[in-house]
Amino acid sequence: MSRLTLWLPLVVFAVLVGFFFRGLSLDPNAQPSALIGKPLPQFALTELHTKASLSKADLPKTPFLLNVWASWCITCQVEHPYLTDLANTLPIVGLNYKDTERAAQNWLKKLGDPYTMHVFDPTGGMGLDLGVAGAPETFLVDADGIVRVRIQGEVNARVYREQIAPVLRELGQ
Amino acid sequence: MRTWIAAGLLLISLTSSAAIETYQFDSAEQEARFRQLGLELRCPKCQNQAIGDSDAEISGDLRAELYRMIKAGSTDREIKDFMVARYGRYVLYKPPLDRQTLVLWFGPVVFLLIGGVVVALRIRQSKRALEQGDADA
Repeated sequence: MSRLTLWLPLVVFAVLVGFFFRGLSLDPNAQPSALIGKPLPQFALTELHTKASLSKADLPKTPFLLNVWASWCITCQVEHPYLTDLANTLPIVGLNYKDTERAAQNWLKKLGDPYTMHVFDPTGGMGLDLGVAGAPETFLVDADGIVRVRIQGEVNARVYREQIAPVLRELGQ
Repeated sequence: MRTWIAAGLLLISLTSSAAIETYQFDSAEQEARFRQLGLELRCPKCQNQAIGDSDAEISGDLRAELYRMIKAGSTDREIKDFMVARYGRYVLYKPPLDRQTLVLWFGPVVFLLIGGVVVALRIRQSKRALEQGDADA
């Protein structure tokens, strides 16, 4: 009995080390979205160029990425070339977040336009409903309009491979 | 002259506060709720700042939303539910007591009890050892 109790501190120590070690590799900035597994919220906004009204019903009926971007957002420029590549394989809907029409249009003119559709959200109301904390954020939405993945920050080849592609395979794409 | 310029410069305050918007409330009670909720809701972009205390863009947006909801007569419960539905539990500084947070709320008490039991056992053991030692002597 006393032999066993002698080992106890070591066991407790090992358990603590286990927890702390796990903590080292956790990203404190990564927050699970409250929307995962839930339908995309309804919205009534306009198209960035034509000002035509847009709602949830206008979104693609296949899996697509919803990319929250703005012309003032530096990381959006960083991920832009990758999104341009990705646009060949997956429709990307752009949600222009807290931006001005002119700045957004100029940005697209200058850098190219990877988006199949432009939702213009100057007040950030749609962003709020999506739980967006800041641009860029990207959501993978399935054919039924259910949010599957949320990515905060840059989308690149690694993020696509590790977080988006597996879910797309699951969806049978 | 120089002294006057220096004195004038001192009048220009360089400190700035995070929550700079000025909101008009219908009552002191509304304003108190705005302040209180501003401290209980956490900024989703920051690691450890309340929205009432943060300069982040999103905190400003959430304060505006909070203001709108308070003016519209929403209850504290409704406001918190609204925020949690969008930003998850993360936004609540004080997590509600339910099945998911049982360990969080009662874990410390359980550990305290375990510690107490261990200490009690040790005391009893050493007492017995002492008595035995006395008996041997």
